[in-house]
Amino acid sequence: MGIESAMGEGYFTTKLDTLVNWARSNAAWPMPMGLACCAIEMMAFAGPKYDAARFGSEVMRFSPRQADVMIVAGWVNYKMAHAIRRIWDQMPDPKWCIAMGACASTGGMHRCYGVVQGCDNFLPVDAYVSGCPPRPDALLHALMKIQDKIRTEHSVMLDT
Amino acid sequence: MELQLSDTMRTALDGLSDAHGDQVVEIRQSSSDTFVRVKRGAIVEVCRTLKEELGFIYLSDIFAVDRFTSEERFEVVYNLVSLKDRLRLFVKIRLEEENPEADSVYELWPSADWFEREVYDMFGVRFRGHPDLRRIYMPEDYDYFPMRKEFPLLGIPGSIELPSTTPDTE
Ligand code: SF4
Repeated sequence: MGIESAMGEGYFTTKLDTLVNWARSNAAWPMPMGLACCAIEMMAFAGPKYDAARFGSEVMRFSPRQADVMIVAGWVNYKMAHAIRRIWDQMPDPKWCIAMGACASTGGMHRCYGVVQGCDNFLPVDAYVSGCPPRPDALLHALMKIQDKIRTEHSVMLDT
Repeated sequence: MELQLSDTMRTALDGLSDAHGDQVVEIRQSSSDTFVRVKRGAIVEVCRTLKEELGFIYLSDIFAVDRFTSEERFEVVYNLVSLKDRLRLFVKIRLEEENPEADSVYELWPSADWFEREVYDMFGVRFRGHPDLRRIYMPEDYDYFPMRKEFPLLGIPGSIELPSTTPDTE
């Protein structure tokens, strides 16, 4: 490419990366997987007070086909794990996952036979939110962490 | 201990002893609730009298207790409510560890359907005459009864499958 010889190796593709990552990070649409009490906090996260719209994430998609970030909010039992994994598999790449709250991250207080002790047993989790329940701003923080992560990714260069 | 019964409860218990005096094993009170233990085979007849003659028309719950004893290990408890007299009465039966089986009260209260399924799912108590005795919470092919005392709190590793983490590819 002519521009490469003028501006240095990789100039154009790194800038394209920045552009694509900027677009992706500001339009991370959540797939709400509200399973228990944490889901109520997740609703507040999308509501007017905490206003996830500031980060381009107000569009809660109830269809995996249009979502980028799955928020697992609440404890996951073994029966539900299969449904969650199927929805995750239906989400298009690239995709990210937030384990919201003590239960989704570790099983929390549900230390028992029916509850999966952390949804990272069957999902690749990008951000864990601590707390029981975590405040909506903690979830916003996790979302911003994921935005940081997206912004430093090589999304175009590795595609060649 | 002397029983502290309200007049309405005394009337109900007298009515029960008149009809099934030889089936009542013990009556006791705890935390201002009244418990009547009856012989295992009499549960349907006792419940029928309580429902049809003594006003306990509402079956609030059925649950079980693992007493973890060598004799009469399981206890099934029926939580009955009389809306007319504003009374709550617990009726209990005890079952042996070996093949615990009780008669279903489904014909009296259709709501017993799910209650009995839950007791079966958690304790392995079978209910004779239940129309559809399947597990209700645990997977249908699950081999254990989680509320039995010998069952480990965290379950048996590998006994319930987790989803595969490699997606199916065509
Ligand atoms: S972490 Fe707390 S608030 Fe969240 S699902 Fe678990 S128990 Fe509920």
